Amino acid sequence: MTYYAFMGALEQGFAYGFLVLGVYLTFRVLNFPDLTVDGSLPLGAAVSAVAISAGVDPYLSLLLAMAAGFLAGMVTGVLNTKFGILHLLASILTMIALYSINLRVMGRPNMTLLGKSTVLDPLTNAGIGLFNAAPILFGILSLLALLFLLWLLHTAFGLAMQATGANQQMITSQGVNTDRVIILTVGLSNGLAAISGALLCQSQGAADVNMGVGTIVAGLASVIVGETLFGCRSIGRALLAALLGSLVYRLTIALALSLKLGQFSFTPSDLNLLTALLVVVALTLPGLRRKVLRR
Amino acid sequence: MIDIKDLVKTFHRGSINEVLALSGISLQVNKGDFITVIGSNGAGKSTLLNCLAGSYPIDSGHLFVDDQDVTRWPEHKRAAQISRVFQDPLLGTCGSLSIEQNLALANRRGRSHGLGLGVNRQNRDYFRQQLSQLGLGLEDRLKDRVGLLSGGQRQALTLLMATLVKPQVLLLDEHTAALDPKTAQQVLELTGKLVSEQHLTALMVTHNMNQALQLGNRLIMLHAGKIILDVSGVEKEGMQVEDLMEKFYAVRGEEFASDRMLLI
Repeated sequence: MTYYAFMGALEQGFAYGFLVLGVYLTFRVLNFPDLTVDGSLPLGAAVSAVAISAGVDPYLSLLLAMAAGFLAGMVTGVLNTKFGILHLLASILTMIALYSINLRVMGRPNMTLLGKSTVLDPLTNAGIGLFNAAPILFGILSLLALLFLLWLLHTAFGLAMQATGANQQMITSQGVNTDRVIILTVGLSNGLAAISGALLCQSQGAADVNMGVGTIVAGLASVIVGETLFGCRSIGRALLAALLGSLVYRLTIALALSLKLGQFSFTPSDLNLLTALLVVVALTLPGLRRKVLRR
Repeated sequence: MIDIKDLVKTFHRGSINEVLALSGISLQVNKGDFITVIGSNGAGKSTLLNCLAGSYPIDSGHLFVDDQDVTRWPEHKRAAQISRVFQDPLLGTCGSLSIEQNLALANRRGRSHGLGLGVNRQNRDYFRQQLSQLGLGLEDRLKDRVGLLSGGQRQALTLLMATLVKPQVLLLDEHTAALDPKTAQQVLELTGKLVSEQHLTALMVTHNMNQALQLGNRLIMLHAGKIILDVSGVEKEGMQVEDLMEKFYAVRGEEFASDRMLLI
């Protein structure tokens, strides 16, 4: 793997880190399999691209993207809690609705940001090369997101969030409105996914309505790989594992793409197969390890 | 204090499986009453408690707590006044959170669970002191996950959580039924202690007639969704298990007789 490929993988890993932290919140903390992210990630990209094209500050565009993602997630939460639609189905409904909305937001299937300012400008202006700037900035931002979640999960609301995922009867009888917790948490998760989308579109220079396909699987793969490799004993450890899982996932893909076995080499079209295999391995590895150790 | 007026609850209404679980229950619970609730399976004991807590919507009737009509309040809103301990020891606590985190959630029952830190040093000391009265050594295990505790320990913790913020009424739904006899006795003693120390108003469902007679100042017997016996004070103290059985069979006998009359 070349240095550029390595830094590129780190950049992607950190940019997708927000999404992975969001997926951890819904999938692991709330026990809410949420496919909305397949729509809210490109939504974040679209909102950010349109805002930057309209002259909005790139950092402010991140907040706008997050707000849009938050709303999208809240729609899923409301469909599930107030209308009683199964969580998986509710999130799929929002996801396909977002496809149309994203096209409306951009007014076209894709939008380039060539020559426009991005969040990376302050670093590149300071003389840091683009290939180093993106991993550094995204790394710092995703660490901040991690610290925010670490704090949030230790507040009373965060405890209620964890209890809502584990035991709804218990937390309801402590006077917590679980509907509200679910709506806000799924909102937050999708707000994070939207930030991922906004960062990706700014570093790649384009937003595309199809860039969200397979987002949830990549997010899950990262969470599970992270848990398997780095453990999830405490909340802090689990959050860190999720973020590191995102890095490992992107590095694995970069490694696979740079692999050459005689005539054979992987192409980007093989990524879905590789991801599926990676998730299967990560899911079965702990069980296999236990079996082998028992013998 | 708590006024239950003509509570009716039907399950699977309008279907072939329709069951009338509560057929017009009226009960006035006075402040400081410790009522034991007995009755055979399907008599409506648990349904009554679930309707009081707001887990089940009711068909008709009214429920007042402190003269406030809470009939239409959702379960989480009623939790400010009503706390509960369930039959299943896993239901009242969150296994993936630590002991102190569970207590922190309970310590905010009826208040907002906002963005303040869940557990701070101040309430940690308070939790330790509260836990020590259980006599289970849990005060030294504040950071242990509740999932590591035994059923009896979890039930004792649930009981403490239900009374950490004084409720207007405490609902105990066969909360010792899933425990071994010795642990059940300990949890029961703890129940009596907490209720009398804090002068709580409580409703306790039990299948054990001895328990029902030993504990509390009042006893009600349910049958087929109706209250068929309501004794308190001296009258209750003088009762034996045989008296209860006699009353029970007397009611069932009447039913039998009336059924036969219908056939003739």
